[in-house]
Amino acid sequence: MSAETSTLSAVKIAPPPKELEREPLVLKNRSIGWISDHIAGICEGKTPKWWWPAFLISATVLLMMAGMITYLISTGIGVWGLNQPAGWAWDITNFVFWIGIGHAGTLISAILFLLRQKWRTSINRSAEAMTLFAVACAGIFPLIHTGRVWFAVYPGYMVPFPNANGIWPQFRSPLLWDVFAVSTYGTVSLLFWYTGLIPDLATLRDRATNKIRKMIYSFGALGWTGSNRHWSNYEKAYLILAGLSTPLVLSVHSIVSFDFAVSVVPGWHTTIFPPYFVAGAIFSGFGMVLTLMIPLRSLCGLHDVITVRHIELMNKVILATGSIVGYAYGMEFFIAWYGGNPYELYAFKNRAFGPYWWAYWTMISCNVISPQFFWFKKLRTGVAFTFIISIFVNIGMWFERFVIIVTSIHRDYLPSAWGYFRPTYVDVLTFVGSFGLFCTLFLLFMRFLPVIAIAEVKGVTPQADPHHPLGGAKGGDH
Amino acid sequence: MSDVFPKWTNRLPLLVIVGVSLAGTAAMAGVWYYLTPKYTRVGYQPKQPVAFSHAIHADQLGLDCRYCHSTVEKSAHSNVPATSTCMNCHNQVLKEDPKLALVRESFESGKPIPWVWIHKTPDYVYFNHSVHVNRGVSCVHCHGRIDKMDEVYHAKPLSMAFCLDCHREPEKFLRDPKLVTDLKYTVTAEKQELDGKKFVHDWKVNSSQACSTCHR
Repeated sequence: MSAETSTLSAVKIAPPPKELEREPLVLKNRSIGWISDHIAGICEGKTPKWWWPAFLISATVLLMMAGMITYLISTGIGVWGLNQPAGWAWDITNFVFWIGIGHAGTLISAILFLLRQKWRTSINRSAEAMTLFAVACAGIFPLIHTGRVWFAVYPGYMVPFPNANGIWPQFRSPLLWDVFAVSTYGTVSLLFWYTGLIPDLATLRDRATNKIRKMIYSFGALGWTGSNRHWSNYEKAYLILAGLSTPLVLSVHSIVSFDFAVSVVPGWHTTIFPPYFVAGAIFSGFGMVLTLMIPLRSLCGLHDVITVRHIELMNKVILATGSIVGYAYGMEFFIAWYGGNPYELYAFKNRAFGPYWWAYWTMISCNVISPQFFWFKKLRTGVAFTFIISIFVNIGMWFERFVIIVTSIHRDYLPSAWGYFRPTYVDVLTFVGSFGLFCTLFLLFMRFLPVIAIAEVKGVTPQADPHHPLGGAKGGDH
Repeated sequence: MSDVFPKWTNRLPLLVIVGVSLAGTAAMAGVWYYLTPKYTRVGYQPKQPVAFSHAIHADQLGLDCRYCHSTVEKSAHSNVPATSTCMNCHNQVLKEDPKLALVRESFESGKPIPWVWIHKTPDYVYFNHSVHVNRGVSCVHCHGRIDKMDEVYHAKPLSMAFCLDCHREPEKFLRDPKLVTDLKYTVTAEKQELDGKKFVHDWKVNSSQACSTCHR
């Protein structure tokens, strides 16, 4: 035995060649202690000066949305600009816009986890938070667009239960599939996010100096002690949830696309919709992640954790999904011609050259042209440039949904039923207000919860390897 | 790890789960029972201005429903009779009875008796009496044994589910239109099935369940 050991230790393992060394995920060789202090510090330290003005503006915009919704429900759906023939307009556009944004969070947290993309650890927490807040914003619109919101629940249009009206939800309707898809998505995303938070909540609990703070974080940490058994259960649970979330990345937006594809409206009734919607969702989601992450990184001094490499990798996803979306736009036109259906062909001509041409070309410029800049390394590693492009992606993806919805239904089969949709100020302010909700939730999140997964980022540093000169249980105190 | 919470809080999750499930069940049961027409409508028996007994008129004396409610077969709306209908008999029968004072007064003044309306369909529901009566839906199906009531009360829930029960399976309820006012009529299940299917077929009964059938 001892002979074997001696031969083994005699073997010298050469370090890997320099070109195979990976770029570090945390820059400046930051220690494990620095990571805890720095990230936990964001929610422990003094409220930064910019936070209160940002919060007050967001909360005011949120209140404005509450006012608009109250006005809508107390007066009626006519306060919006939609009417026959465009029965869906900004409401469903906003719904699809927000639900699409959520997809980046799930992709980062689930698919990149299963694919062992270690760079996800710096961004997954806030991307998942973004998912949850985006789902919250999305959920509002289909609910309020019914006008009499209580009808969504009480007579059983959405929730199946035996009732005095003797009616049951229409399970053949994609609108009902949507209810289940989105609520499943919200639930699984919440569980996934919370499971990941548990070790970090325990870190915050252990660092808390004030009693109330300690109690609140203890409540959230569910008695986490960091024992081996806890870690083992945690990692299993995390893997299972990642497995459950992975199909959701593809299924939720597929089902959202069925809201349109299952109908017989020219411009909606196409088989390309599910993959095209999923690609668009991931595209828009990464756009929003970057829009949030770039200011967050400079305001909270997270340059060593969210590095330019992270931004570059996300830009590659934007380039890939943006190109898929551009291909889908082209293919829709091709099929509209090749399919030989005059109504379909008219719907597409009308999109590009009809009264909503400006919306169509805004969409094309933002979604097809702007991601193509990321073929150049210099541009995709430019932080300010990325931020600008991410804003264009957000704008473009909102217009994509507007174009799909409104240009298809404002002119369908019967020319006598054609019309032109114009939003009212209530439409506009309700949409703007949803950003108030989103930003309010995000600002609260960053002040009270760790914006980066502390435990996971530690796990991808070289120091996490017990054989690393600075890592593992050295010195014998543990 | 130091104790943040006292030991008794270990029982809290269990208590919360049990409490929430009990409260949830109670709330569901409460809504189920108290907020449906089975509770809110059934048994409604307002005091009428004249103590008219359907039991005496329809059961003991054997008057047909349509003697007084004369428009049921022809009109979407079923009428409450005018005072003159009462006076067809009561100018001879019980001429001096003090219980009928209001009827005589109404007849003389021409002001109708303010009967209290019991079986109300909501204003968002379109209901046509004649189409139901002419296709063999009996009075008793919706109004119960009126011929046994001294004072009329709301006997059936008349909820949407109540309407749909019949619209979904009309063959279980339809009878020969000659028998619609026979509130005592009973039939074996086998005969009902045979008759009902025949009526549905012969009369081309299309008891539509589309929303716009009733919500026009």
